[in-house]
Amino acid sequence: MDFNRINWKKTFITAGIPLIILVVLAFFPLYGWQYGVTLFNHFLLFVILSVAWTIFSGTTGYISLATAAFFGIGIYAAALLYPSVGDRYPLYVVVLIGAGVSFVLAFIVGAITLRLRGIYFAMFTFGLVLFFREIIYWYEITVKGIRGRFVYQDPANVNNNVYYYLLVIMALTMLVAYLIKRSKYGLALQGIGENEEAAAHMGVNITMVKVLTYAVSASFMGAVGAVMATKWVYVDPGVAFNPMMSFSPVLMAIFGGFGSIYGPVIGAVIFSYIEEVLTTANWFGIDWTQFYKVIFGAILVATILFLPSGLVSLIQNVWRRVMGRRRASA
Amino acid sequence: MDLFLNIVLGGLLIGGIYSLVAMGLSLQYGVARVLNIAHGEFLMFGAFITFWLQQNNVDPLLTIVIVGPFMFVVGFVLYRTIFTTIRLKSPNPGVFESNGLLAAFGIYLIVQNIARLVPDWGSTPHSYQYLASAVIIGGAPFQENRLVAAAFAVAVGIIFYIYIGRSRTGKAIRAAAQDASTAALMGVNISNTLALCFGFGAAMAGVAGSLISICYPINTVMGLQYTVIAIVVVTLGGLGSIPGSFIGGFILGVVGTAVSYTKWLGTDLAVPSYYLIFILLLLLRPKGLFGK
Repeated sequence: MDFNRINWKKTFITAGIPLIILVVLAFFPLYGWQYGVTLFNHFLLFVILSVAWTIFSGTTGYISLATAAFFGIGIYAAALLYPSVGDRYPLYVVVLIGAGVSFVLAFIVGAITLRLRGIYFAMFTFGLVLFFREIIYWYEITVKGIRGRFVYQDPANVNNNVYYYLLVIMALTMLVAYLIKRSKYGLALQGIGENEEAAAHMGVNITMVKVLTYAVSASFMGAVGAVMATKWVYVDPGVAFNPMMSFSPVLMAIFGGFGSIYGPVIGAVIFSYIEEVLTTANWFGIDWTQFYKVIFGAILVATILFLPSGLVSLIQNVWRRVMGRRRASA
Repeated sequence: MDLFLNIVLGGLLIGGIYSLVAMGLSLQYGVARVLNIAHGEFLMFGAFITFWLQQNNVDPLLTIVIVGPFMFVVGFVLYRTIFTTIRLKSPNPGVFESNGLLAAFGIYLIVQNIARLVPDWGSTPHSYQYLASAVIIGGAPFQENRLVAAAFAVAVGIIFYIYIGRSRTGKAIRAAAQDASTAALMGVNISNTLALCFGFGAAMAGVAGSLISICYPINTVMGLQYTVIAIVVVTLGGLGSIPGSFIGGFILGVVGTAVSYTKWLGTDLAVPSYYLIFILLLLLRPKGLFGK
């Protein structure tokens, strides 16, 4: 390896800054600010979901509305294999199983729908959450005679445990997103997004690429679901398969802009913070939870109308204009 | 025999309403090119307007005359403002479809949560009594209100189908469904025609909601389920085929009722059974029963 040819500045930006941020985040809980850790758990959850969503839907343009389905599968993996009473597997095994089951399910869903036109995929994934919710309700109530389940919670510092699990999953998600983007695969995905027929003629096995990428992105959603179940303790199908969990990552990714990896991250942090503030707010004695969703919808429509390529591209455009002017005057 | 009659007739009765809901979505997707995820929310809103008027002593069947045009205007305005802007900004139809879907999704959130904010609506179920006496058909009792609701749903569907087939506007709609840009070149005011379709779709959802409120309890979160049903029916009948949606609605109604009546399965499995149909359809015949 020729060290002289490495562009140090570029390496620092692509590898150094994320590493520094990761290290800072890793030491964050030691500071002892418990509310901050809770808040960051919330951020990390949505960052993972929206980056994972972007891995597939951002590049190919196939809109997946099934995030909540895979997330819920992960939650139920934890509910079955990590219950509060009885035998349980170690948590990392449960997380891996959640990811694996989501991977397989997404693979099946993709194999059924992704060889067809994009609209079938959107239609199919939209109802998937409802499908799982009803079928699990039926199984639990008719066969098992229960409604919900209890997940084991390690009494020693739950918050930090969840935090570290989420942090590792987030780092992996970002890494995979980055590697896919850089690889031959990423180029194939981008080709599919721009012109699927042309990509097929160039020799890309389009169905395989789409189905595999979809399954990879779903496995992160499953993993994060298994972790969050240990935080929530009680889960039932209504909690696990909540359609909002499908919709939020989409809005966050679009608002941030899914042209880059940082877009969804910024969108997720902004929106989960707004959500956290509004759902806990008690201004003027009004419950703001519903208002949050109305605002959420309004911002989604406004973003589609006025900012279709997201906040990051807006910032980049402004930045380029500012920099360009300075250079021109020099 | 009684059970069989119960399933078939009961299925056809609810199927009439499914047909109407699906016809609305078929217009919105087949012609106006918006996969309207908020479709069920229009239905929910229609149901609640009827409920509210009924509480103020208006005959529920009369409210259709109010709900239909109101929803039409809402749909028309939404399309002319939001979706037309997106359509004109989109570089190709694919981008319009996905952005339209996402905008519809924003509308879904807005409508549903505004409905939940209305003080008396909340998240608890509401119902009222209307024509609740039973009619015996072939030995099986049916509530009068279900018969009336199904008859109205089918009547609205048929009237609309005739309107599309015979009128000048209907001709424009059919032309736009085949090829929007060529229709525009032939002198069809395309933005208006597409908005009309979207408005008609919303009106059908609203009317279906009114009819549902006559026979079943309603709540603010019921919309999603009907959107899923409409999506499955529209795929079953073939995207954009109005007679297909009409027949698909009846098929789904019978299947759902059969599952609900079967021992061990029950109402909870109705939606999963629709999904099973959806999966089989995508595997075997993705273009639907009547698709071209």
